[in-house]
Amino acid sequence: MPLNENGEYRPLIVAFCCNWCSYAGADLAGNNRLSYPADVKIIRVPCSCRVNPTFVLRAFQRGADGVILCGCHPGDCHYTSGNYYTRRRMALLFSMLDYLGIEKERTRVEWVSAAEGAKFASTMNDFCKTVAALGESKRLEDLRCKK
Amino acid sequence: MQEITRDQLLRKAKELLQNGTVDRVMGWKKGEFDYDLTPAVFKTEGDLSEFVYSDFCGANFSKYLVSETRADGKVLVFLKPCDTYSFNQLLTEHRFDREKVYAVGIPCDGMLDASKIRAAAGDFTTVTAHGDKLIVKTLFDGEVEADRNAFLPDRCVNCKSKKHVCYDELLGTDGEVLDSHRFDEVEKLESMTADERFAFWQGELSRCIRCNACRDVCPACTCEKCVFDNPKSGVENKAAADSFEEKMFHIIRAFHVAGRCTDCGECSRVCPQHIPLHPLNRKFIKDINTFYGAYQAGEEVGTRAPLTNYSKTDIEPKDAAERGKTHA
Repeated sequence: MPLNENGEYRPLIVAFCCNWCSYAGADLAGNNRLSYPADVKIIRVPCSCRVNPTFVLRAFQRGADGVILCGCHPGDCHYTSGNYYTRRRMALLFSMLDYLGIEKERTRVEWVSAAEGAKFASTMNDFCKTVAALGESKRLEDLRCKK
Repeated sequence: MQEITRDQLLRKAKELLQNGTVDRVMGWKKGEFDYDLTPAVFKTEGDLSEFVYSDFCGANFSKYLVSETRADGKVLVFLKPCDTYSFNQLLTEHRFDREKVYAVGIPCDGMLDASKIRAAAGDFTTVTAHGDKLIVKTLFDGEVEADRNAFLPDRCVNCKSKKHVCYDELLGTDGEVLDSHRFDEVEKLESMTADERFAFWQGELSRCIRCNACRDVCPACTCEKCVFDNPKSGVENKAAADSFEEKMFHIIRAFHVAGRCTDCGECSRVCPQHIPLHPLNRKFIKDINTFYGAYQAGEEVGTRAPLTNYSKTDIEPKDAAERGKTHA
């Protein structure tokens, strides 16, 4: 189990970031020298609605401890309406995960614009802290995906 | 006991074949036992001698129409009220040609669940209905008399509607949409703690043998290529381990039909492991009703499914799990 220098658990976080807003937001956080944990692994997607629920579950299956989706603010989608669909899909998916007894703190959707580097960094810091407190995610892990 | 008898259906089928309205008849054929009836297509009047109709005719024919209407000619199909919802939903999704189907609505008094009878009476050969009573003939010539309602499958206990939403012709009488408390079970699960819920679903879903019957029978699952048939996925088969690996399959199966599921309950009917699968679908239906307004898939042709639609004031995902628990 990976621990930091204080002996706390370092979770593995997968962040799906949309190309137009949140990925640029992460870039801005870097340019402004704002720090966020290196445990966050960013996957760039063309739009937050590219994220199929299978992607989220797949990340958990393969050992992620938390999954966060970042997209443009509702109304600001580069493709006009993609994030509205994301919002419906993820609301249902996360409610279902909760129904199956999987902690809802492990999943999150945040709207981060290209100008919100500070929000990106603080969101990631906060999310990492929340997931670290929950510890390792075992409930969605799949033995078949262990290679 | 069903309102319509085999003779009435047979007479109708023969009449429509004779006057050229239809070229084929979709119906049920006896399987190995009296209670495992198989959907079949009859091409001539002679073939119809094998046509059967009983309390075990639970199969939803709507999905069969997708492949059946690819052949030339018109096909006669008998639809129970719950089947007509799937019928409409498939029409909405343009999955078959309405012109090639002659739909006859038949009333349904709830079908019987062979596994419940077996659990109560042991192995049996035949079941005869006398009003509300059933006489079950057991394998070694015993007889058990029981209340018919005790052997209804869960989906029929919580029947959502006895009303046909689509047909060309109706045999018998049409019923009403029912308030069947079908979300009671979902609410019961929601009121448990997260650990209890996890334990419940682990207990149920880890029995899954990944036969894919729930997917194959589902009238909303009509993709030609399925994500779960991919041999590179690493999860196409059951793992040889006593853990809870099947959750992804069941979450995605239910999610793919979210907003399109008409709640016909076929998934639970065909499950050889008797896993209650419809409470997963019903959770999505309940959430959709709570978040985006009441919606019944298949009630009308041409409605837009909730997941292919949006509103600017939709609920945020972070509030969803909490609000999902409040009553619709």
